[in-house]
Amino acid sequence: MRLKILAHAAVVTGMLVMVGTAPSQSATLDDVRAAGELKCGINTGLAGFAHTDDQGNWTGFDVAYCRALAAAVLGDSSKIKFVHLTGKTRFPALQSGEIDVLSRNTTWTLSRDVDLGFTFIGVNYYDGQGFIGRKSLGVMSAKELSGASICIQTGTTTELNLADFARTNNIDYEPVPIETNAEARAAYEAERCDVYTTDASGLAATKATFEDADQHMVYPEIVSKEPLGPLVRQGDDQWADIARWVLNALIIAEELGVTQANVEEMAAGKTDNPEVNRMLGTEGSYGEMLGLDARWAVQAIAAEGNYAEIFDRYIGPDTKLGLGRGLNALYKDGGILYAPPFR
Amino acid sequence: MSDERAFYRSQAEMLPPRPAPAATVGVVGWMRANLFSSYLNIALTLMSAGLLWVAVPPFLDWALFGADFSGATGADCTGDGACWAWLDQRIEQFLYGFYPAESYWRVNLAVILLVPALAYLLFDNLPYARYGRFFSVAYPVIAAVLLVGGFGLESVTTDKFGGFMLNLVAGLAGIVLSLPIGILLALGRRSRLPVVRILCVVFIEIFRGVPLITLLFVAIVILQLFLPPEVSLDQLIRVMIMITLFASAYMAEVIRGGLQAISQGQYEASQAMGLGYWQMMRLVVLPQALKISIPGIVNTFIGLFKDTTLVIIIGLFDILGQARLLQTNPEWIGEVDHETFLLAAVFFFVICFSMSRYSINLEKSLDTGRQ
Repeated sequence: MRLKILAHAAVVTGMLVMVGTAPSQSATLDDVRAAGELKCGINTGLAGFAHTDDQGNWTGFDVAYCRALAAAVLGDSSKIKFVHLTGKTRFPALQSGEIDVLSRNTTWTLSRDVDLGFTFIGVNYYDGQGFIGRKSLGVMSAKELSGASICIQTGTTTELNLADFARTNNIDYEPVPIETNAEARAAYEAERCDVYTTDASGLAATKATFEDADQHMVYPEIVSKEPLGPLVRQGDDQWADIARWVLNALIIAEELGVTQANVEEMAAGKTDNPEVNRMLGTEGSYGEMLGLDARWAVQAIAAEGNYAEIFDRYIGPDTKLGLGRGLNALYKDGGILYAPPFR
Repeated sequence: MSDERAFYRSQAEMLPPRPAPAATVGVVGWMRANLFSSYLNIALTLMSAGLLWVAVPPFLDWALFGADFSGATGADCTGDGACWAWLDQRIEQFLYGFYPAESYWRVNLAVILLVPALAYLLFDNLPYARYGRFFSVAYPVIAAVLLVGGFGLESVTTDKFGGFMLNLVAGLAGIVLSLPIGILLALGRRSRLPVVRILCVVFIEIFRGVPLITLLFVAIVILQLFLPPEVSLDQLIRVMIMITLFASAYMAEVIRGGLQAISQGQYEASQAMGLGYWQMMRLVVLPQALKISIPGIVNTFIGLFKDTTLVIIIGLFDILGQARLLQTNPEWIGEVDHETFLLAAVFFFVICFSMSRYSINLEKSLDTGRQ
């Protein structure tokens, strides 16, 4: 046990040394170009966000961002080295320079942003805690759950969030505390509780595995904030800007109707919309400002499509995860996805 | 009286042998001796039979008779039984990981060559044993070139390794290296030279006292932080080194147990014959000590082989990692949880059980004294 503490102390010391001795952070952009590949940290496997296809290629919502970034910087969405990271190894890997960007459904929190020395470059998925219940309950909203028994994973923020939500809404519930997430899911399926609560993206995937999926419903309420997004090391502002604007470009592309299919056509000449022209490099010199070539956004969008296309392909309503856009819709469609203007 | 005479009747010839009572031979006899020899055994037998009756037919129904074997996605598995449809498109990833498909033959060849390499190492009575041993010694180099590339073969980085092949590579390397290192550590710990002894004790206690997963984390994260980025040791090599050192520490203690079982007389007799330390160890002490330690050594090997699944920490996908990966694929999610784990379990069982059987075999063939 003491050795373990020592080992952890050593990790922390190592991080401090790293932060202390390497403040310059030589330009990541140059490193990526010199290596000819982007080192992107992703999950070791999460339905819809990072998984393999039959040929062993990595795909998914988080992977698509890496591909767009690689395309913008190197002009080729396949020039990526994926580094698979667990919850424990993801932060040290980014600290030590083993990866250039981390795109692994990581919640943006103050301590990670400030204390660990990272820069979150935006939010690509607004997640939050939700509820699933049987339709036979006759309840249409989580606020009507008074008297229900709720399966919940112990020792997590989920448990605390639920308590907060119940108190504010005057709900009396009977908690069924369970050790792991998988067991909680099984307990709900075995009707040991009326309702099961966890992160909304996980709920959708869970529901998809039920044989009688149409007998269950996910309630509309989301009771906690889990903004997930890519992050880079703090200290290289140029690289952070590039990473941030690749994500913004994907969102703006949806806003402006630029898709994987029509992006080349729209980039061929000037269109009527000046913002499209600015983004696709036919007007102004925005690529140069970032240190990239003029067609960077064209390449990023051509890689996997705009935000909506990526969302729909991997986690959207037509996939087995069946997630609705919800908060992740554009601001003009009732969501909170809002990218700063391209100007 | 006639009765009396019959009583004293002498038999001039041996009576012909009669068959043993039907109740003690054949199936019935075996069952009486092994299954129904006492009330307790009768009860246990009946309970076991009942358990098998309850468990086996439903398992077969699930795994074979009611299973789906074809389909492109999990949605095609409509039956009540297991879903094996993924085997067709995914078995290669379970065996080879992300190794380039056009180079699978290199892995296959390495595995095929492993058979003679192991055979010459493990069995005595084979033809051409003299040359075979050389081949066994050269095999690790041959296998490394085949798998990683070089000498005209296209290079394959170790992050492409995966599937069961990765378990074999990491497990065999650990097994081959941990035994000699363990022997040296065990001898060192019993050495009369204080520096050697203290170094060995410290090494053994540190590596035995820290969980393997912590050691791996140290190797992956801390080394990277202190080394300059250009001096980066291959991730897989680091993990293999750590697994090997971890197993060596255990091995050292197993062998030390064997060494302690050798009586002082053996040492004194060897010294009286004028043997030096290494001669004494090599010719007299170690052969006996290792023979005693076989069960413990194989135990450590099996543990080490199963520990190779921890490569998931460095983001490599061994057979267990591939199983988990397939379970998160949206096309298969929720359909293949049990099936993929079962496949991985079967692979591990075959290897571990073979090791166990070989060790029993070896013990019997070496059983010269100590009856």
